[in-house]
Amino acid sequence: MAEVLEKEQDKEQLIDRKPKEPLFSKKNRKLLRDPMNDDNPITVQVLGICSALAITVKLYPALVMSISVVFVMAAGNVIISLLRDLVPNRIRIIVQLVVVAALVVLVDQVLKAFAYDVSKELSVFVGLIITNCIIMGRLEAFALGNTPWRSFLDGIGNAFGYAWILMAVAFFRELLGSGTLFGMQVIPDSWYIANGGFYSNNGFMLLPPMALITVGIIIWVQRARNTKLIEE
Amino acid sequence: MDVNKNSYTFIFSTIMVVVVAAILSFAATTLKPAQDKNVEQEKMQNILSSIEIEATRAEAEELYPDYVKEAFVLTDNKLQEGQEAFTVDMAKEVRKPVLERSAPVYIASKDGKTYFVIPLRGQGLWGPIWGYISLEQDLTTIYGAVFDHKAETPGLGAEISTPIFETQFKGKQILDANGELIGIDVRKGDADDNNEVDGISGGTITSDGVEAMIADNLQAYIPFLKEYLKSQTTSGSEL
Repeated sequence: MAEVLEKEQDKEQLIDRKPKEPLFSKKNRKLLRDPMNDDNPITVQVLGICSALAITVKLYPALVMSISVVFVMAAGNVIISLLRDLVPNRIRIIVQLVVVAALVVLVDQVLKAFAYDVSKELSVFVGLIITNCIIMGRLEAFALGNTPWRSFLDGIGNAFGYAWILMAVAFFRELLGSGTLFGMQVIPDSWYIANGGFYSNNGFMLLPPMALITVGIIIWVQRARNTKLIEE
Repeated sequence: MDVNKNSYTFIFSTIMVVVVAAILSFAATTLKPAQDKNVEQEKMQNILSSIEIEATRAEAEELYPDYVKEAFVLTDNKLQEGQEAFTVDMAKEVRKPVLERSAPVYIASKDGKTYFVIPLRGQGLWGPIWGYISLEQDLTTIYGAVFDHKAETPGLGAEISTPIFETQFKGKQILDANGELIGIDVRKGDADDNNEVDGISGGTITSDGVEAMIADNLQAYIPFLKEYLKSQTTSGSEL
């Protein structure tokens, strides 16, 4: 009996020696918060720019793209983190690629079945999530060396960091380029020159160069507010 | 366990590939019916759009039977029995010589008038282009046209699927005064003749593709449609 008790105590001690971290400890919250601002994948690391330019003409496709990236990134990070001790080092990049590609194909198939019009609009860019450097970057740099829960938070954080920039760019492009938000008209008809008003949509906003300039302005505003980011 | 041994690497990659393949094929098979339905609805939407009926995809499915009353499949300008026009795969048919194709035609009626909706398929710059063209009862005048593409350049070739390009075709004539097929000339500027439309700046190869597509696909129809009209008028039935 005493032996059993001793063993139990041993076990407890074992657990005690490695105190359990709360789910949202300070360190974990940082994983979520940093990519939003200080370490934003688009504006600070300048990754994933290609898709940010291509699918931000309207808010709705940008939203669908964001959701897809959140899913791929969170699931990819968790899967790679679970496999991290099993993956042979020499083929780890291939394994990451297979996991991401499989998730992206899944997303593409689901969109084709349930959001056909958006999937047509996003066309190749859903498939190109595979090549989004943010995803492979996080798998290699984070998920391979961290626990699933932390990897999940890191994935969500980075994906949202990507998503909010995408939505912000799409907001300005759709508002100024088409006079709509989520397809709903926000500029009154009577303002337009065609109806005797003074306003006309800026067609230039619909072209990729203006997306780049919009991202540039966001970077400018961000660096003006966050002095940590200013290089010496 | 040494995860860097060659044998382990082989086993790991084999299992990974099998698992991923199983998951993806399962997903593809389960989602196929829903995807096919979307494609079908879109086809109906395009056919309706070529006779100037705008509908969402969901509406198209309901409206389609109201307007499209009949559909035939032709081979060598003769009626081919026992094949459903709607299921003909144009991508396969365009590879055959014109008169050997199974060529579907949809007969639509709107406001008491009959229109012949003809599917088109051809080559753009980067991939296939396709569309539907509707002819008025004189078999000469285009009533409406819709185009779409797989991979043309956005802003250039991809503009063929915009109303600005498509509405130009309305009222153009595909037959000359002698009733010979001349198709539509997609030109660089100065499109004022009855069979000319303005091409897309920067999308010349796609524009040429549209021109070739119309000339090529229509050959499979005109003689039959003339016969069909004759038989309809002599039998005195209402079109």
